[in-house]
Amino acid sequence: MTDRPIIDIRNAAKSYGSLEVLKDISLQVKRGQIVAIIGPSGSGKSTLLRAINDLDPLTSGEVWLEDTQVNKKLPTRQYEAHINAVRQNIGMVFQHFNLFPHLNVRDNITLAPKMLKGLSKAEADQLAVEQLNKVGLLDRIDYYPSQLSGGQKQRVAIARALAMKPKVMLFDEATSALDPELVEEVNLVMKQLAEEHMTMIIVTHEMGFAQDVCDRVLFMDQGVVVEEGPPEVIFKAPANDRTKNFLRKHLKGQN
Amino acid sequence: MIRVFPFFLKAAWVTIQLSVLSCLLGLACGALGAAARLSRSSALRLAGATYVSVIRGTPALIQVFILYFGGPQVGIQLEAFEAGVLALGFNIGAYMTETMRGAIIAVDRGQTEAARTLGLSRFETFRSVTLPQALRLMVRPLGVNINALIKGTALVAAISVVELTYTAQRYIGSTYKPFEMFFLAGAIYMAIIYVTGLGVNWLDRRVALK
Amino acid sequence: MGLDFSVVPPFAAALLTGALWTIAITASAAVLSFFGGILFAVIALYAPLFIKLPFRLFAWLFMGTPLLLQLFLIYFGLIQIGIDLPAFVAGVIGLGLHYTVYNSDIIQSGIRAVDTGQYEAARTLGLSRIQALRKIIVPQAVRSVIPPIGNNMIALLKDSALVSVIGVAELTLSSQMAISRTFRPFEFYVAAAACYYVINLGLEAGLRRIERRIQIAR
Repeated sequence: MTDRPIIDIRNAAKSYGSLEVLKDISLQVKRGQIVAIIGPSGSGKSTLLRAINDLDPLTSGEVWLEDTQVNKKLPTRQYEAHINAVRQNIGMVFQHFNLFPHLNVRDNITLAPKMLKGLSKAEADQLAVEQLNKVGLLDRIDYYPSQLSGGQKQRVAIARALAMKPKVMLFDEATSALDPELVEEVNLVMKQLAEEHMTMIIVTHEMGFAQDVCDRVLFMDQGVVVEEGPPEVIFKAPANDRTKNFLRKHLKGQN
Repeated sequence: MIRVFPFFLKAAWVTIQLSVLSCLLGLACGALGAAARLSRSSALRLAGATYVSVIRGTPALIQVFILYFGGPQVGIQLEAFEAGVLALGFNIGAYMTETMRGAIIAVDRGQTEAARTLGLSRFETFRSVTLPQALRLMVRPLGVNINALIKGTALVAAISVVELTYTAQRYIGSTYKPFEMFFLAGAIYMAIIYVTGLGVNWLDRRVALK
Repeated sequence: MGLDFSVVPPFAAALLTGALWTIAITASAAVLSFFGGILFAVIALYAPLFIKLPFRLFAWLFMGTPLLLQLFLIYFGLIQIGIDLPAFVAGVIGLGLHYTVYNSDIIQSGIRAVDTGQYEAARTLGLSRIQALRKIIVPQAVRSVIPPIGNNMIALLKDSALVSVIGVAELTLSSQMAISRTFRPFEFYVAAAACYYVINLGLEAGLRRIERRIQIAR
């Protein structure tokens, strides 16, 4: 394992008109690291996550995936080819799953590998079987998304992202839209990924999960990283008042 | 182009007459049809449903032909223009029946219940509570029906009513300027539809204010 | 002269042939207008302005004028400038283009209604804009607008009677040919109407089956 970061965000800033949503943020994530980003809504944590695969482009600053700059300034056509290639290495899981409702579970998973990696149907199907096995949903392979529960949908969405063999996985509030009793099955899948040393960046509201699984926690507020450190420190002995306030509100009732 | 213009204007007047008369007939048929379909009598409901199903299930052109060419066999002798107005009116009436019925059904059931608990009769409730709200809902969709009707008047060209499309066809086939003739007739149709649209918008705003 | 429907059966074969042509012309125009509608919708939403504009003008013109007028232009008008289309082809093109414009309108709103998350998810996997459009957005949009497009197809079936006016020997013209031999318009037009009604029932049943089939994949 090298020490070079797999994701390197340098001086990221973003604004909509005069509204600054990200202010000069730098973040390095090493291979196998699991980083949680917490903070109140509107703090810029989702925007930062979505800047990593350039879904929400930065106003200034750089994002690097290993030795490739993700948000390179290129003419439109070249940029398109570049970003499509980069994104194949960055898996993303959304709050609202975004499974493709017109495709069954198998085709949701195999679509991109077949189109972009040139896998044959047999290879892609094999891949779908492997990934579904991993998330424990092999028996749902022929189902359509409308026939699945929220938790199952999110597990399929994770399998879909994993099928591209990404170098890093981004989770954007993956369990926020789920009924409480369905959260655990998704958390279990994420924990399992952690044990396999998948590099993960997780935007979450679940402090308990962040504490259990992550190596590092970033607390963001109003577009800046207020405080960061190992979960023991952030959760048990935060230095900043804003962090303390936030945690007091959010740890109540949890654990 | 200038030479043919008066003929097109005269034809446009015929198209407007066709549209207005068949629209009035259509609204009457629509109101009766909707009343029948929502009536408590199952015979009336069946009659209404049959009217809608038969008219909407067959081409308007055939309906025009049955009335105009087949009429004399059953003792109905009509001029082409009259047959056109009647057939187009009955035809659009079936679509308007569904529009009006839909609007009436769409009025919240709680409204009826509230009125009935106040002691209003079924008829009173309909007249003073359901209908005013339904009218508001039906203006726009009826506008869509009327838009289709105006374009639909073209098919009486097939029974030689000298309206816009009939006139345009004559010149499309005989002058060497088919596109100009098409655009001229097309522009007149669109003008008629545009003005009708303004009327519908005005009506929509007026009923919405209440 | 009273009514006598016994004049109809001797012409049953001719009417049936006409009905088959009606089905053929409706099906051809339906296919043309379905794929044409998708193409037009994508152009109207995503093409650069100088391509969009002529298409918009065309759509505006075809929506604001009667189908019969359009058929006359395509059949009698194009001959004037040296394009002599067979009546069947002119009929399919006229009906097809007319309903292309209407279908395009519906498909455009269907595309706009597809959740942006779908596009994001596709792009996140590495799909290009075109790939996302082709594999994710358009298929979903089309599924969501099948019911209104089905209604257009039902209207198309009935409008196919208009091509009798330019001489396509479909159901309406077949009944007219029988009338010219028997002078019995009422009986034959009613017979034709009955045939249309039956075809219409079949079409509606077929559309309902399709709607049920795509229900879970939405």
